[in-house]
Amino acid sequence: MDKFTGRVWVLGDDIDTDIIIPTEYLALKTIDDMKQYGFSPLRPELAGQIQKGDIIVAGKNFGCGSSREQAPEIIKAMGVQCVIAKSFARIFFRNSINNGLLLIEQPDLYDDMKEGDEVTVVMNEHVDYNGKEYPIASLPENLMSIIQAGGLVKAMRKLNGLD
Amino acid sequence: MGETIIEKIIRHNTGKAVKPGDIVTVNVDRVMIHDIFIPFVADKFEEMGFTKLHDPDKVVLIYDHLVPASQQDDTRHFRTGDAFAEKYGLTHVHRSDGICHQLMTEAGYVKPGDIAFGTDSHTTTYGCVGAFSSGIGYTEMASILGTGTMWIKVPETIKVVIDGELPENVMSKDIILRLIGDLRADGATYRALEFAGSTIENMTVASRMTMANMAIEAGAKCALFTPDEKTAEYCEIELNDYQKSLVGDPDATYMRTITYKAEDFVPVMACPSQVDKIRNVSELEGTEIDQVFIGSCTNGRLEDLQAAAEVLEGKKVADFVKLIVTPASRKIYKQAADMGILKTLSEAGAIITHPGCGLCCGRTGGILSDGERVVATNNRNFLGRMGTSKVEIYLASPRTAASCAVAGKIVSPE
Repeated sequence: MDKFTGRVWVLGDDIDTDIIIPTEYLALKTIDDMKQYGFSPLRPELAGQIQKGDIIVAGKNFGCGSSREQAPEIIKAMGVQCVIAKSFARIFFRNSINNGLLLIEQPDLYDDMKEGDEVTVVMNEHVDYNGKEYPIASLPENLMSIIQAGGLVKAMRKLNGLD
Repeated sequence: MGETIIEKIIRHNTGKAVKPGDIVTVNVDRVMIHDIFIPFVADKFEEMGFTKLHDPDKVVLIYDHLVPASQQDDTRHFRTGDAFAEKYGLTHVHRSDGICHQLMTEAGYVKPGDIAFGTDSHTTTYGCVGAFSSGIGYTEMASILGTGTMWIKVPETIKVVIDGELPENVMSKDIILRLIGDLRADGATYRALEFAGSTIENMTVASRMTMANMAIEAGAKCALFTPDEKTAEYCEIELNDYQKSLVGDPDATYMRTITYKAEDFVPVMACPSQVDKIRNVSELEGTEIDQVFIGSCTNGRLEDLQAAAEVLEGKKVADFVKLIVTPASRKIYKQAADMGILKTLSEAGAIITHPGCGLCCGRTGGILSDGERVVATNNRNFLGRMGTSKVEIYLASPRTAASCAVAGKIVSPE
């Protein structure tokens, strides 16, 4: 996971949890049932277009709104490798790490990014796009270990010697 | 280099100086789980493979959103909670004592300088006594129960300084609503709010509680008030050196400082359906209303009921208005009864309910329908919060709310 490349979908500022997964679908039984409705208020076709390994690049305050843990869960279930945004809403950030979804804060990439292009992420160092390096902060080991375990439940199972 | 209050609390907890952006692991002093999420927490806890609580004494379980049950499935949450408490030796269980955020400081579970988390976004409330407290999801709560620790990102701090004397018809609710309107709903996301100034120093802990409670409505991670003599008296403790040190240093780094003159505040309301849509009450006068709600973890304390009673003394609630009063805890209910406040409210025509979350979370005790309007003292006016999505909710102070109940329409408080 030190370095990976993916095709990019570009979303805007203030992508809230109701856009990521509208309340009306939260009562569906599984995350797999829900994921086809991901981002539907904004771009109904997007859930069908996202492929495993793709990357989302967005503006500020990504994931604002409610504390629903289903929001990061469906993004992960769609196969998205990571979300790179100018900033993330607080509870969404935590829920993402805890559900094993990698988030990267980068202030400038969004302004330059063109949808459909590829970026390469060099973990803890920079994102490469169009011949330019965009610096990123390093994630501390404890957070990386949660993400690499596949989320907090799995990390705790590992801690407790179960998996 | 000076430190903000949140930086001091985290340094004390971890033993290392920190700066905004650092991610650190803290030892959690206390956690709160309420009835809605206990079944999810219990499931995750066992799925994670834990067989015992890291420290049962640090865990508080409170039934408040669903008490007394209004739907057939609600009692399942109590049975799950009771079974979890029994199995893991959890002794701090409150089954009908009041709202979680009121009880956590009232019953002495959270002290100045503590770090606390709860499965509810309004956990920011405990900042009223100078504790760092914040809301989290149920998966994360399950891991704290097992490990006793939690990772956090050290927030930048926005300092809010208020000096001077508030006009008589202005309450701390009017201050926090104005601040949310100025910051906007995402204006403090990731950030700590730190309050200072002579107005704050002269304020009761109960009034500070109202402001800390609503910090989340501007996205804040926490809200912090310096512990002082009033805090010590409220918590029934003597402040130790660490607790006394919880004041923002003059040379601390703040991302922003906002200054207000207390004399400039006026009664305000948050209009449907955004908490940051703030208008002066004087601009809204004459709007007819169907109901008034005075209560919640935001404004269901003794001074709030007292303010309402002062307005309602010798008066009657307008014929067509239902005035619902919900004390935040059993202790407050009893105090208000002993002081004759409940009698005054009742004689004026108020419906007084059991302590709990009730109407604020839209589950019971005064749900409204399409086209109806309510003036309420709680913290959220989101679409559908207190009934159907076509109910209009205006958030206000208890003094304003009581005045509106008498008039049957929106009016400025005396």
